[in-house]
Amino acid sequence: MRAIGIILAGGNSNKMQGLSDKRAIAAMPIAGGYRSIDFVLSNMSNSHIQKVGIFTQYNSKSLNEHLNSSKWWDFGRKQGGLFVFTPTITSDNSYWYRGTADAIAQNISFLKKSHEPYVVIASGDGIYKLDYNKVLEYHIEKKADITVVTKLMPESVDCSRFGCIHTDMNGRIEEFEEKPIVSTSNMISVGVYIVRRRQLIEFLEKAVSEERYDFVNDIIVRYKNLKKIYAYPLETYWNNIATVDAYYKTNMDFLKPDIRHYFFKEYPDVYSKVEDLPPAKYNQGSKVKNSLVSSGCIINGEVTNSILFKKAYIGNNCVIRNSIILNDVYIGDNAYIENCIVESRDTIRANTTYIGQKDKINVVIERNERYVL
Amino acid sequence: MIRKEMIAMLLAGGQGSRLGVLTSKVAKPAIAFGGKYRIIDFPLSNCINSGVDTVGVLTQYQPLRLNTHIGIGIPWDLDRNIGGVSILPPYEKSTSSEWYTGTANAIYQNLEYMEYYNPEYVLILGGDHIYKMDYEVMLEFHKANNADITLATIPVPIEEASRFGIVITDDKKQIQEFEEKPKEPRSNLASMGIYIFKWEVLRDALIKLKDQPGCDFGKHIIPYCHEKGDRIFAYEYNGYWKDVGTLASYWKANMELIDLVPVFNLYEEFWKIYTKSEVIPPQYIAENAVAERSIIGEGAEIYGSVYNSVIGSGVTIQAGTVVRDSIIMNSTEIGENCTINKAIIAENVNIGNDVELGCGEEVPNKVKPDIYIEGLVTIGENSIIPSGVKVGKNTAISGHTTKDDYEEDLLASGESLIKAGER
Repeated sequence: MRAIGIILAGGNSNKMQGLSDKRAIAAMPIAGGYRSIDFVLSNMSNSHIQKVGIFTQYNSKSLNEHLNSSKWWDFGRKQGGLFVFTPTITSDNSYWYRGTADAIAQNISFLKKSHEPYVVIASGDGIYKLDYNKVLEYHIEKKADITVVTKLMPESVDCSRFGCIHTDMNGRIEEFEEKPIVSTSNMISVGVYIVRRRQLIEFLEKAVSEERYDFVNDIIVRYKNLKKIYAYPLETYWNNIATVDAYYKTNMDFLKPDIRHYFFKEYPDVYSKVEDLPPAKYNQGSKVKNSLVSSGCIINGEVTNSILFKKAYIGNNCVIRNSIILNDVYIGDNAYIENCIVESRDTIRANTTYIGQKDKINVVIERNERYVL
Repeated sequence: MIRKEMIAMLLAGGQGSRLGVLTSKVAKPAIAFGGKYRIIDFPLSNCINSGVDTVGVLTQYQPLRLNTHIGIGIPWDLDRNIGGVSILPPYEKSTSSEWYTGTANAIYQNLEYMEYYNPEYVLILGGDHIYKMDYEVMLEFHKANNADITLATIPVPIEEASRFGIVITDDKKQIQEFEEKPKEPRSNLASMGIYIFKWEVLRDALIKLKDQPGCDFGKHIIPYCHEKGDRIFAYEYNGYWKDVGTLASYWKANMELIDLVPVFNLYEEFWKIYTKSEVIPPQYIAENAVAERSIIGEGAEIYGSVYNSVIGSGVTIQAGTVVRDSIIMNSTEIGENCTINKAIIAENVNIGNDVELGCGEEVPNKVKPDIYIEGLVTIGENSIIPSGVKVGKNTAISGHTTKDDYEEDLLASGESLIKAGER
C-alpha cells in the first residue's frame, strides 16, 4: 500500500453517560470481544498499510493497554509498525492537542520522515470493513486533493451529530457542514480521509500557523471550494458509537445473523488483542436465548437478547434481557436487568433490579467491591 | 555467553494409538481438549508459568498440526531472542539417519540443542497430560536434596497402581526401587513421566546408553542411573493430573471440566493456560437453543440443545439437534434434528441431518475392543457422516462416508467404519 495510516483516537463524548469516563471512545468494547479501534486497525492491516500512527489524548490508559503489542493486528514488523502519539512537552510547546489537526501537526515529523505518497486518516470509533486501496484508487482516478468517505444514512436518522455533505453529479463535495443544527443531508462523513502526504503537511502547517486546529472545520470545510474534495460512498455496514443510543444499537446489530456473518465469517477478518480465557461455561439452570456470549463467562441464570462480554458472571435466578454486560462484571443471584448497559468491572449486588426503557437505555455503573467468587 | 538454569525437553512425538481414529491424522499432543485448548498447551503453559523459557519440542508423528499450533511460541510468550520454543524433528546426520526410537533416544539425538543452552538442569516432559504444575517448586526440591535426578510422582489408588511405574522411597524421599507396572505393588507412588536431571548426569547416561535400541527413560536411563548409584528423589505432587491417553480417560477428563466447581479449574487467574487463539468472535446461542451444564468455545453457533458437553471453537449445531455427554472438537458442523449421545467427534467433521449417534445396546468393539469402549462413538477428523444414518455404541468412524457404507442406514454397535486410506 502506498499510504501510511493515521488513526484519530483522542476523543470522549458527553453523550456516553459515563461510559467514556474511564476510556476513550476508540476503546469502547464492541460485539462481545472487540474494541472499537480494532475495526480501523484491522482495515489498515488488511489494506496492507504497514505504518500507522495513533493519536490519543483523552483517557488513553485503556487504549494503551489494548495497544500494548502491535502483533495482534499483524503490525509487528521491522518495517513500519504502530506508533502511538500522546501529547508530550517539547522544547517548543507544552500544549495538549488543541484539535485533530494540531495533534498531527505537533508530530509532523512522523509525516515528514515517511516516504509513502499518501495518508489515510481514519477515526477510531467507526464500526465497518473497508479496503482503503479502493478509496485510494478512486482518489487517484478523480485527481482529488482530499477524498472523504461518506455514508448515506437512512432518512430516519438525525444526522446533526455528523458532518453533512452535498456533492455534485461527479461526487465532488460542494457543501460540508460539520454538526449542523439541522441536518440538511443524509450523506454524512464517516471520518475517513485520503490526502497526499505532502499536501497534508502543507495544510497542517498553514492551519496551525493561523491558530486553527481542527482537521474538519479548519481544513476540509475551509478548502472545499479551493481544492478538489471528493466523496467516496461507502455502501457496506457502517456505524459510529459515540452516543449511548448508537453504541447500544451497534452492539445489538451483532445479534442479527447477516451482520454477524459479514463481520465474523466473510473475508477479511477483524483482529483483536487475544486474551487467554477459558471457554464460556453454562451451569445447570442456565437459559440463554438469542445472545452473544464471550469467553470466560460463567452463566447460571437467564440471558435473553443480550451481549455478554468477556468474563461476565451471571448468578443463579438472574434475568438479563435486552442488555449489554461489559467485561469482568459479576452479577449476584436474583438480579433483574433489562434494557441496560452494565459498565465493565462492576459488581451488581444480589436481588437488585435495573430497568431501562427501549428508547432510553439505562447505563449502570456500580462501584461495589467485587464479590469473591 | 548463554547459560540457562533449566531448559525443558517436551516429548511430543508419540502417536497415541490408544486414542484410535482421533490420532490417525494428528499427534496426541495436538488433539483438542476442553473446548479451545490442545493437550500440549498444558505442559507449555506450565513451562512459562514456572519460568522455564527454553523448551525443545520433540516431534515425529504427524507434526504439521503441532508445528502450526506452536509456531514461534507467541501464545505462551515463548517467542524469545534467546531460548523460547524450538521444534526438534528427527533429522539426517552424516553418519546415520534414524527416527526417534524411544524417549531417551529422542533426547540423545538432540544433545547439541541442550549443549547450546548450556543448562544446569534439564526438565523432561511428556506432551500428553492435563495438569498444572510449578516446575520451579520441583527444581527447588531437587536442589535441596542435591539430587542427580528427581522424578515427579503422584499417589494413585493402590488397586490401580499396577498400571503405573511405581517407586519405593525411603523417608527422605530418596528412591530405593522402581517397579514398572508391578503385579503386586508395594507402594502407591506412581511416576508421572516428568524428570529433572542434572545436565551432566543426563548427558553421561545418554551417551553411555546411546547404542541401546529404543532407549527409554523409564526402562533404561533411570534403572541405569539407579544402578550406578545416582541420587534419585521422588517429588510428590498432589494436584490434579490426568493421563488422557485413552478414549475413556480423555472423555472423562473433558467431562470433569463441566462440574459446577471443577477440580481442574480453567477459570483460575493465577495459573492460566495459554493457547493459540484465532480471531475470536463470541459464541452465539440462538432463540430456541439450550445450553446447560456445558462449556462452549469461541465462535460456536448453537441453534439446537447442548447438555453436559464440551463444544469446541467454531462448532455449529443446527436446530432440532440434541447433544448429550459429548465432546465436539473445533469447526465441526452438525446438521438438523440429530441426536448425539456420548460421542467424541474430532475436528472439521461434517454430520448431516437426522443422524443418531450412540443408539442401541452396548457390545464390545469387534476390531479394537480395548480402545473403543464405554459405549463411546468416536469419529475421526475431516469425516463426513451422511444424513439419516444411525450409529451404535463402541463404534469408530473415519473418512468420508456415504449412505452406501451403512447397511440399512445403520452402523451397529461394536462395528468400525474406517475408509480406505485411513487407519
